[in-house]
Amino acid sequence: MFHRHYRLIDAAGAVLLRACGVVSASVVVLIVGFLVWKSWPAATDIGLGRFLVDERWAPTSGGFSLVAMAAATAAVTLGAVALAGPLGVASALFSRYYAPRGVAAVYRRGVELLAGIPSVVFGFWGLVTLVPLIAVWGGGAGASMLAAVLVLTLMVLPTVALLGESALAAVALDQRRGAAALGLGTWASLWRVVLPAAAPGLASAVLLAGLRAVGETMAVLMVAGNVVRLPGDPLAPVRVLTANIALEMGYAQGDHRLALFFSGVVLLTLVAGGVVLADVLERGRRKAVRGG
Amino acid sequence: MADLGTPAPPQTDQAAVSHWGDRFAAGVMWSVALGVVALLLWIVGDVLMGAVGGGPWAPGEGWWAYFTAEPRSLGVRGGIGSVLASTGLILTVCLGVALPLGLGTAVLLTETGATRGDARLARAVRRSLDVLAGVPSIVFGLFGSVLFCEVMGMGFSIKAGGLTLACMVLPIFIRAAEDGLRSVPEAWRQGATALGLSRAATLRRVVLPAAFPGLAVAFVLGVGRALAETAALLFTAGTVTRMPGSLDDSGRALSVHIYELAMFVNGGEAAAYRAATVLVLLLLGINLAAAAVARRYVLHVRPSA
Repeated sequence: MFHRHYRLIDAAGAVLLRACGVVSASVVVLIVGFLVWKSWPAATDIGLGRFLVDERWAPTSGGFSLVAMAAATAAVTLGAVALAGPLGVASALFSRYYAPRGVAAVYRRGVELLAGIPSVVFGFWGLVTLVPLIAVWGGGAGASMLAAVLVLTLMVLPTVALLGESALAAVALDQRRGAAALGLGTWASLWRVVLPAAAPGLASAVLLAGLRAVGETMAVLMVAGNVVRLPGDPLAPVRVLTANIALEMGYAQGDHRLALFFSGVVLLTLVAGGVVLADVLERGRRKAVRGG
Repeated sequence: MADLGTPAPPQTDQAAVSHWGDRFAAGVMWSVALGVVALLLWIVGDVLMGAVGGGPWAPGEGWWAYFTAEPRSLGVRGGIGSVLASTGLILTVCLGVALPLGLGTAVLLTETGATRGDARLARAVRRSLDVLAGVPSIVFGLFGSVLFCEVMGMGFSIKAGGLTLACMVLPIFIRAAEDGLRSVPEAWRQGATALGLSRAATLRRVVLPAAFPGLAVAFVLGVGRALAETAALLFTAGTVTRMPGSLDDSGRALSVHIYELAMFVNGGEAAAYRAATVLVLLLLGINLAAAAVARRYVLHVRPSA
């Protein structure tokens, strides 16, 4: 009697849990579905080619070029990753190999706090401190690609540092002891043994940081100046894809709205591709760790 | 941390070179770390100082009036009472949906998987959550404004904002809850089974209570993520500063308040500093609480930055 009762509850519980799993998993499917659905008419009404070949972005008068904003997104992301990548790896090396135990624990807490600062606060700080500084040193308005790169660097550095540290931690102790036994100094064993062994994990950390930079909206929006133009001069303002959606969604109608949803699909595709790539890197890392 | 062992003492020229190289590398690492700490202090310090130096928080009244008064003159004057109320309601809706759903999913991912079908489902769920965790917040905003505001007819509302945030918080909460559940020793589950407890009873009487600290950390991380979000709320919960009467009203979250004050309100800087300070202190408190729980119970939470 009892047993049948138990089994009934267990079976109902299992169904409930599976339902939770299916709903959680379907959120991403719904996002893709709704965005594609809302931007589908863009292919027929506007024509996908025009997002590339139109002369400029003037969506209320028939200009739909996303090229300048996509290039700005790429430039700002690459700039931030180029700075935050090495700095983040150095930060991970510091807290794992150079800092005394107590210092490392406090330092890691600090990096976690930096990671926890909301993007709107990064943006606000950039707007009231960094932008005026750039205006004084570099001339111009200050709101610029450089400001966006610097703020983004700060925002994604903790991503590289924290994920990079777990990549370093996964390098087999044997390998490090072997390097020490060979008489290699700290730096030599890090450079020749630990970093190469951790390379796939570090690469995936940098990649995830890049994805965060691509998707970041508020901080960039608040410091980049938001003029639609091809990136070139670091002191000139640029507008990235995410900022464009945030700025124009409020009033966009018709084809304009379609174009914004289409740029959302572009962002989503970029990010999904990146996540899959990071997954592949992660698997490569596990294989490398096992093989070592 | 320095488990490399001490480097061999320099005996040859080669070793002497590597010794100096070592010193240089150590210098670089220490400078980077000091730089990171200095920047953190700069940002937090700037926000706090700006709030302290920007005049009285609630002129003519006690400072606490700032937390209860409604914003006036576009937020330049008055307090953030209605903004805090909206933020709290958005959070409540978000957690009310994300917690049960996320907990169920985390239990599915950790406690089941004996059958091939469950294992396959778990793999699909994990893959899709990985992608979901990477979706930019503004894309969540687009999605929420279509599904919740348009298709489901909620319009700009606290409900729509909370539901959009729930989708966003889900992967973070599930990942942390999973870590909490995994920290419960397998032997406890086996013991419960040996005592004849059903799986539901094992879960309710053994696993969930033992995993409670980990689940608390997951909860706190979810709250932190939701509190920090701005972009996904602009086109779902909206920017209305009025005191919300119900979940169907539009309401302005604290982070949105900072954005609006900083970007669109002339002379809004001092008020933006105050609101940013409140947000930063809230998040700092949440972070420290999570860290304290995690440390006390020796949990290993994977970095999710």
